[in-house]
Amino acid sequence: MTLWTLIDEQRTLETEVTDDLRFDPAVIGWERKPQGLCKGDVCVPVPPETHMDLPSVARLLGRPLVMDTDEYVASLGASAADRASALSSGMAPDFELPDVTGTMHRLSDHRGRKVALYSWASW
Amino acid sequence: MWQALNTELAPLGLDVITVAFDKSAEDARPWIELAKATHPSLVDTEHVVADLYNMVNVPTVLWIDEAGVIVRPNDVHYVSSEYAHVTKMHPRKPLETLRAWVRGEAPALTGGTVAELQTLPSAADQEGRAAFALAWWLSKQGRTEAAERWFVRAGDLAPHDFTIRRGSMPIRGIDAAGPQFFDMVASWRALGHEYYLPLADTATTEEDFATG
Repeated sequence: MTLWTLIDEQRTLETEVTDDLRFDPAVIGWERKPQGLCKGDVCVPVPPETHMDLPSVARLLGRPLVMDTDEYVASLGASAADRASALSSGMAPDFELPDVTGTMHRLSDHRGRKVALYSWASW
Repeated sequence: MWQALNTELAPLGLDVITVAFDKSAEDARPWIELAKATHPSLVDTEHVVADLYNMVNVPTVLWIDEAGVIVRPNDVHYVSSEYAHVTKMHPRKPLETLRAWVRGEAPALTGGTVAELQTLPSAADQEGRAAFALAWWLSKQGRTEAAERWFVRAGDLAPHDFTIRRGSMPIRGIDAAGPQFFDMVASWRALGHEYYLPLADTATTEEDFATG
C-alpha cells in the first residue's frame, strides 16, 4: 500500500493504492455493488474477474487515466463521450470561476441575457 | 477591446465574459486592470472552460443566447490584423457579426449549424487534458522534472491543443511569444495544418483587407 494523490478532474484527493494499482473507487464516488460500479442510480456493469485497479476503473467509466508510478500520482480526466454529449445537447455547460479579486461568477447567472464568452491569456 | 464591446452592447442585452487560461490571477491582472474591465473577467488556472467547451487555443469565442443555448460554436477572434496572413481574419469581421446578432439584424451563425460546426473532443484530447492536469499539479508541488515530462506528454497527446502546448510555456519558464513558440507553430504548419481558422462567416476576404 502506498499513499497516492488522485486528481479527479478539479478535485485532488489522497488514497491508498496497492502495488498492483488497486484502490477503492468509492473515493471518486463510485461504489462496487453486486450490479456493478454505481454512483447514485447509475451503474456500470463490471465483467467477471475485473479488479478494481486504476486502469480498469478508468476503462469502465470511459475516462482517460494518466499516472506517474514514480511520483505516486494519477489524473483521471473527463470522458470524451460525456463532454461530446454535453456539447451536442446544445446547452452551454455551466461553470463557476473567480475573478482577480476572488469573487466567484457563474455562467448561469447570465441567463436571460446574450453572452459572448471569450477565452484569452496573458501569454 | 472586450470592455469596449461590453460598453457598446450591454444596453442591447449582451454580457461579455472573459476567461483567462493563465497560471495565476497575477498573470492576468495587469491586462484586466489596463482594460478597466467592468464585465466578469475570470481566471481559469485549471482550464475548466477549455475542458468543458473543447477550446484548444486563445482567443476563442462562443455565443450563448438568453436561454443558455450555444448559438455560435467556438470561433477564433483575433484582435490584431498584424498576423492576418496567418490567421486569415480581419478583426473587424467578427465584430460586425457580433453587433448584427445582438441587434437582432442577423442570425448568430450562417454557413452551417452549431451541431455541424462544433468540434467535439476525442479520447486523445481528453487524455491530453488529464496529462496537463497531472503536470500542472506536479509543477505546483515543485516536482519540476516530473512535471516537464508530463507537459511534453500532454502536448504529444493533443498536438493541436495550444492551451496546453503554449499555455504551459510560462509555467515551464519558456517565453510563450519567443523562438520556441514560433518553432512550434512552424512545425505544426509544416505538417500541413493551418493556424486556427475562423468559421466561414467570419473568415476574411481580399475585399476586407482592401478596405482596411
